[in-house]
Amino acid sequence: MCIGVPAKVIEKQEYTAVVDVMGTKMNVGIIMVPEVSEGDYVIVHAGQAMSIIDEEYARLSIEEWRKLADDTNS
Amino acid sequence: MIQILDQFSNPDLSRKLLDKVKNLAETFIEKHGRKPVIMEVCGSHTMALARSGIKQALRDYVKLVSGPGCPVCVTDQKSIDAMIQLAQGDGRIICTFGDMIRVPGSNGSLLDAKSEGKDIRVVYSPSDSVRIAEKNPDKEVIFLGIGFETTIPSLGIALKEANEKGLEKYSMWVTTKLVEPILRVLLEAQEVKLDGFLLPGHVSIVLGKHSYHYLVDEYGVPGTICGFEPVGVLGGIYKLIAMLLDERVEIENYHTHVVTHSGNSFAQEIMKTYFKECDEWWRGLGVIPNSGLDIRKEFAHLDAKKKFNVHVGEPRKTKCRCGDILRGLAVPEDCVLYGKACTPSKPIGPCMVSSEGTCAAHYQYMRGDII
Repeated sequence: MCIGVPAKVIEKQEYTAVVDVMGTKMNVGIIMVPEVSEGDYVIVHAGQAMSIIDEEYARLSIEEWRKLADDTNS
Repeated sequence: MIQILDQFSNPDLSRKLLDKVKNLAETFIEKHGRKPVIMEVCGSHTMALARSGIKQALRDYVKLVSGPGCPVCVTDQKSIDAMIQLAQGDGRIICTFGDMIRVPGSNGSLLDAKSEGKDIRVVYSPSDSVRIAEKNPDKEVIFLGIGFETTIPSLGIALKEANEKGLEKYSMWVTTKLVEPILRVLLEAQEVKLDGFLLPGHVSIVLGKHSYHYLVDEYGVPGTICGFEPVGVLGGIYKLIAMLLDERVEIENYHTHVVTHSGNSFAQEIMKTYFKECDEWWRGLGVIPNSGLDIRKEFAHLDAKKKFNVHVGEPRKTKCRCGDILRGLAVPEDCVLYGKACTPSKPIGPCMVSSEGTCAAHYQYMRGDII
């Protein structure tokens, strides 16, 4: 039920957008992420985009886990 | 972007983090003479922990307790019976999420009703049911709206669409649940001693990190918000144990690329516009005041509970222990039905049916004969 999948916004309309989910195109609602732009990645749940994925935070997050994994003192 | 997101499933990084968690958990065990007890609130976390092998790998280091975060599982039997009874009426189209279709009621399931010729359709989005209503103006179209705060905004959007389109024969049967009241009940009951929470990644998108302050301020219990891929989950567990060792009580967000401090204000506004708090029945827990949301009276014309007379009797009693499992009091293996009378192909309880259910997770990934 609470499965969210990352999807790339291909084409934005007023309240909906065409997104690409792992190669499959589908229409989703964007009423909850009105600031979304084409090219952004969003988390889609139950046919609605819930959140715009922040690439910089995702990268920082991975860096943090890599640093932790490689830290011989922790 | 996808390359970055794929890193959250990187096996090499996951294995290294698993070792880190084990080492830190050993320090906790040395200090306290017991394993840290962490509850994963969300059903998707339950499944992620089992599917990735993390739960099995940490068996001797961390006690991971499955919480009440699977919406199908926590829906009480009477509500399920009511929804199945609703499907028995003629001239109706019942739309539902896929998870609901096989949940056994006291007298059959939605799937049984479908096989008897009733028009029951699985949809991915509540808005799909609005489109079905537009195409079938002569039929009553009812959407079975269950879910936590992740799903409730999508239910609200469907109500908005149906209302704006003036669809007189569209309605929604709502049985929703809220995270905060159930966590409060669990913490106040103290049936299970919990050291901390692995907090739900997607509910947090809607509610935001700040929504969990009561865990810290009122109960002194820390939590980490994390995603569902192995790296995020292991990172969340590591940071939670680190907090416990440092005796710090905070909520930390490790899903920052989608979860913000204050959550999604648009989703929160939709929930406020279309729903109001109500008492809700929970499987195994009974009624919890203000633990769910129901459709506001301004939209009563879209409320299937107001539109249709559904009266169900007392549910048939079974030996199913889903209620105890949801509270962290039992594991699936404690249930006499588990793996024998109750399997994914012939489920008795919702925790075995749901794709997020604890019993389903244990049966698919953690049985003794497959480990």
